Amino acid sequence: MAASAIEDEPTRRDFVFVATGAMGVVAAGFAAWPLIDQMNPDATTLAAALTEVDIGNIAEGQIVTVKWRGKPIFISHRTATEVEAARAVPLSELRDPASDESRVQKPEWLIVIGICTHLGCVPLKNAGPFEGGYFCPCHGSVYDASGRIRQGPAPYNLYLPPYKFENDTKLTIG
Amino acid sequence: MRQENASRRGIGLAFVTALALALTASGRPMLAETGQGSNLFEQPKPPRQEWTFNGFFGRYDQAQLQRGFQVYREVCSNCHSLKLVAFRNLADPGGPGFSEAQVKALAAKYQIKDGPNDAGDIFERPGRPSDYFPWNFPNEQAARTALGAVPPDMSLLAKARSYERGFPLFLIDPIIQYQEQGPDYIYAILNGYTNDKDPNWNEYMPGHKIAMPMPLSDGAVDYEDGSPKAVQQYAKDVAAFLMWAAEPKLEERKRLGFGVLIFLSIYALLFFAAKNKIWSRPEAHVDLDTQ
Amino acid sequence: MSGESTYVPKSRLAKWFESRLPIIGLVHSSFVAFPNPRNLNYWWTFGGILSFMLAAQIVTGVVLAMHYTPQSGLAFDSIEHIMRDVNYGWLLRYAHANGASMFFFALYIHMFRGIYYGSYKSPREVLWLLGVIIFLLAIATAFMGYVLPWGQMSFWGATVITSLFTAIPLVGDSITTWLWGGYAVDNATLNRFFSLHYLLPFMIAGVVVLHVWALHVHGSNNPAGIEKKTDKDTLSFHPYFTVKDGFALVCFLVLYTWLVFYVPSYLYDSDNYIVANPLQTPVHIVPEWYYLPFYAILRSIPSKLIGTATMFAAVLIIAFLPWLDTSKVKSAAYRPLYRIFFWLFVACCVLLGYMGSQPPEGGYVLAARFLTVYYFLFFLVILPLLGRYEKTKPLPVSIYDAVLGKHGHAKPADVNP
Repeated sequence: MAASAIEDEPTRRDFVFVATGAMGVVAAGFAAWPLIDQMNPDATTLAAALTEVDIGNIAEGQIVTVKWRGKPIFISHRTATEVEAARAVPLSELRDPASDESRVQKPEWLIVIGICTHLGCVPLKNAGPFEGGYFCPCHGSVYDASGRIRQGPAPYNLYLPPYKFENDTKLTIG
Repeated sequence: MRQENASRRGIGLAFVTALALALTASGRPMLAETGQGSNLFEQPKPPRQEWTFNGFFGRYDQAQLQRGFQVYREVCSNCHSLKLVAFRNLADPGGPGFSEAQVKALAAKYQIKDGPNDAGDIFERPGRPSDYFPWNFPNEQAARTALGAVPPDMSLLAKARSYERGFPLFLIDPIIQYQEQGPDYIYAILNGYTNDKDPNWNEYMPGHKIAMPMPLSDGAVDYEDGSPKAVQQYAKDVAAFLMWAAEPKLEERKRLGFGVLIFLSIYALLFFAAKNKIWSRPEAHVDLDTQ
Repeated sequence: MSGESTYVPKSRLAKWFESRLPIIGLVHSSFVAFPNPRNLNYWWTFGGILSFMLAAQIVTGVVLAMHYTPQSGLAFDSIEHIMRDVNYGWLLRYAHANGASMFFFALYIHMFRGIYYGSYKSPREVLWLLGVIIFLLAIATAFMGYVLPWGQMSFWGATVITSLFTAIPLVGDSITTWLWGGYAVDNATLNRFFSLHYLLPFMIAGVVVLHVWALHVHGSNNPAGIEKKTDKDTLSFHPYFTVKDGFALVCFLVLYTWLVFYVPSYLYDSDNYIVANPLQTPVHIVPEWYYLPFYAILRSIPSKLIGTATMFAAVLIIAFLPWLDTSKVKSAAYRPLYRIFFWLFVACCVLLGYMGSQPPEGGYVLAARFLTVYYFLFFLVILPLLGRYEKTKPLPVSIYDAVLGKHGHAKPADVNP
């Protein structure tokens, strides 16, 4: 049969065949990109990345949760003792060393993303061994009043979202 | 052979004659009887306009889109919604080309319903770029009560309006890339109020009866770029703006399409060469082109 | 899928694998070494093109389903969300919508090719029947897909077509209510159509596998319409026909690109950019172009039951071709009279399509009636009689001889329509 006479060997050296094959691969690559990119966040998701919060009614010692980009944000109105305790800890004692000053814009307001850095559960507020701290019920991670990891399996401190105080009572996250 | 040709011609002729008979002899009186149906299509076809976004390298004219937006904002938006367009879209590439700051300032001029807040109330706040254009009416019923009819949403109007091109034009349209029936129609309608006595008479509207009274008049919108403040100019600009609103990715589409077309054309030539090379091998060769 | 396997695994791993699952050998025998008639022309490339289009439709469809919402209040806006906000959403949606048209374009050429060259004749009747099943499934899939954008034409198209079933005596109304899941086309209808629109293409893919299997039992028919006998009649599938199919596919894609990037709305009804309104029917309801001939047949008959039955008959009669065509000679190249009636049939289908796109008035209806008569005449009278009375030309001895142009009329130029 004719097929047995044709082997790939002599054709491979031929530029036309190599070029045709190569262009096919390039075409497949280009065609794949829209199929992949469509799974990235779309324009509405990217645009709606701003949350405004009225913080005037949050009492001292209270922590509230708001939603930003589909994630919980903890807004903690910290008491003076909590701030003092957080600032008294030497950095050497911390797993993920960061000063309390570096984690806040105003000492009385701590704003963190309420997602445990271990495996993504939402920690309990005002829970755990630290006053004004956080405790993750999934695997027992403990955070202090500055949202820093102190015990348990989580590797990092609670992450900080970008935010801005518009005035004394209005906060913009994002 | 001659006999075969004769029979071939005979069958073809019989087919065409019978078809022609069916179409003409009995067709015409029938058409006259069903006058009601043909009345709907009696109005003239909108004339074709020149658009910058037509054809292979079509692009929107940013200044025109900005003027068109001004017409929409100052005139159309009093009654028509534009609910699929967000303020942020005005700064998107391939659009009117407003800056982010301009969009922010513009959005802030609108009051957007939001809520409920912590007290459980719906409240109004200044708009943000991510908000969509609000409508002057809370719902369709309110619009119908106030205006007598519900003005159609304008987001897709330039694609939702068209007219029959008829034979044989519809065969040529895909080749000359005529995709602007919508803007042509909108332009024609806005210039079709030619009966001074009846503000609801429109030359291009099916049945000549239009619910919307003449919306534009010379000088109604104050252009800042020196363009003529005339109905024709307003109509042209707002039709272009509506085309953008309906098809915001047009520029990206045509630009990408050009690349794809060039790529595939080269690829086709290359493939043809490869095919010829393989088919010229001795075992495929039988002294005639096997195609 | 039949064909002798000349594949010999070289590496030890390949040997190990092949002895457990001989799939590489199967692919090799079906798509590499498979002996194809050497005289296949470009009309035979549409099978490959259709496979590609089916795959393209499934891929773009699966991706679109990630963003689409099958809920009557949200469906229309979710399509616009795809068009405006999703990355490359406009491209995927235009490619999918126009891909359906390109699929049917290729499908109709594929079917007309089969009719011209008598590809449905013995021993390929089952192959033809499987093709008809694919055609029916494609019709259903495209119809339900068109409903999903939930525009005016989606809604009213769905209403009109499902209402065809009310023509059935006694149980018609119950069947239609069952199809709708309510007393009108509504959210329940949209949901089930979405589900089935997602399912059916995979069923098509399954039937395509059977179709190719049946094809490989006796191999492709060819422009000469005689069976392959010796090795001289054939060339291996790869590289001869892979490269030819590939070239044809790229040319086809140029056309597809033109449609998607430059005239994406050309085949789309402008009314479908208005959200569905159950209280107002568009002035002029037209289905997608690929249904127009059948739609014209439906409208040409002024009786609901008979019109509906005639339309379904027009589709189903295609399945009976192998038994209606009584000629022993397959290819129209050797059937001078049949060739004329074939081209009239093509013209008839095209004209029926045009009549279907026009308002159902006077002359158009009469012309459609005349064309409907010819449509059925072709199947029921012309084909059975021609086989008996037509004087056919002498057939070449072998495919190789046909290519060489022996036996007078069998020059390749004559073989191509």
